[in-house]
Amino acid sequence: MTDTLDTPPKTLEDGNEDAPAYPIKRGCPYQMPPGYEQLREKGPISRVTLWNGRVVWLVTGNELGRKLFPDARLSSDVLDPNFPLLAPRIEAQRQQAAAPPLVGVDDPVHARQRRMVLPSFGVRQINALRPVIQRYADELLDTMLAKEPGTTVDLLTEYALPMPSAVICELLGVPYEDHRYFDERSRHVLSSSGPEQAAQAQQAFTEILAYLDDLISRKQAEPGDTLLDELIARQMEEGKVDRQELAMLATVLLVSGHETTSNMIALSTMALLAHPEQLEALRADESLMPRAVDELMRYASIGDMLMRVAKEPIEIEGHLIKAGDGVILSTMLMNRDPESFGRPDDLDIFRPAGRHVGFGYGIHQCIGQNLARAEMEIALTTLFRRVPTLRLAVPADQVPVNAPFVLQGVSELPVTW
Amino acid sequence: MRISIDTDRCIGSAQCAVAVPSVFEQDEDGFSTVIPGSENAGDEPPGLREAVRACPVQAITLTDAGEA
Repeated sequence: MTDTLDTPPKTLEDGNEDAPAYPIKRGCPYQMPPGYEQLREKGPISRVTLWNGRVVWLVTGNELGRKLFPDARLSSDVLDPNFPLLAPRIEAQRQQAAAPPLVGVDDPVHARQRRMVLPSFGVRQINALRPVIQRYADELLDTMLAKEPGTTVDLLTEYALPMPSAVICELLGVPYEDHRYFDERSRHVLSSSGPEQAAQAQQAFTEILAYLDDLISRKQAEPGDTLLDELIARQMEEGKVDRQELAMLATVLLVSGHETTSNMIALSTMALLAHPEQLEALRADESLMPRAVDELMRYASIGDMLMRVAKEPIEIEGHLIKAGDGVILSTMLMNRDPESFGRPDDLDIFRPAGRHVGFGYGIHQCIGQNLARAEMEIALTTLFRRVPTLRLAVPADQVPVNAPFVLQGVSELPVTW
Repeated sequence: MRISIDTDRCIGSAQCAVAVPSVFEQDEDGFSTVIPGSENAGDEPPGLREAVRACPVQAITLTDAGEA
């Protein structure tokens, strides 16, 4: 036996007295919440304590996170009893019989589901949708601008939410007249933080699922040429996916297509209004917008906490993640890692293309990211071009911020012009 | 310079096709492919190494011709 100076790797138990409560509510909706500075200093991996007293790993370093995201030993299986949950309401949501397709399953199930819908989210297909996105943006602004200047409107319900909602409905094949039905329900699923949140989120999910199940029947009777029609003809009727799974898959796409982009449009608007020189540069040269959108994704990191459970032990950077340990990857801390981004807490639309993880990383990286980029580019360019005097109607610190355990954003954005 | 894509790994995020459209494109199923002939087009296209790093599943490999 040889003597060794190597210290054994640290486990979750080594240091759980120093695991702060998590997640933490943001003060400003696009800035790091209080306590993140300290977590960043501890990096690249530390420990936090969840609502139920459970201590889990928190990954905050960009390079380390990019190693762990693709690691198949870290699972997205939400039905695993050890999967870490950020709030009691999510515990309630998990009582569902099946895991949500794409987001809550591992390969090979995940890969099969992703392959079914992938062709509709390709770069060419999304570019073909750009005129449609532009038309919705213009129509919504026509309605908004028909009101008297000086009127206060909620930009979220007038513009930021209905635009991506109409687009994902069109892509999927949900009739346009039904899209407002989903706007409210999808908000309850992903962003509700009121007192009756658990029941409300569950009911909204059930209603969307029932609607889509009914829509599948209608489309079987009268086929069209949208993504849902294609999935019915090529996958369901050939026995590759059953009806329940297809309805769930469509629900996940529909809900994810609403909330994520709408929150980014709202937060980007706020952040750009707070940085008038950069907004001016964007107005003067709209070709800067694609790069600005990626910088805004990095800066706001709205899908901050991505949860995983270790299915096998992983030894990394002097730490031992044991099988059954919960792991949370903080995309905001990874995106504000000073070793990967200079002056990480500054918004800088001229920043060279970096390696942000605002859309996640690994096999679960956002399938709709090219659609989301197109929507954000068009939404922001059109908004600032057509409403040059746009401003917040309340002080920025009075805009209501979402609860910490849901997608980050605001529950309303009062603006005027 | 040889550019290869592990098609079993590719998840169709299209990060490579967006970064260097002269080299990468998406096939009908949404997966990335190397445009035929683009590999031997002389100078390394700008952004190629960044595209390799941007791939979320690290499915792209560059091999110097001498090593192959």
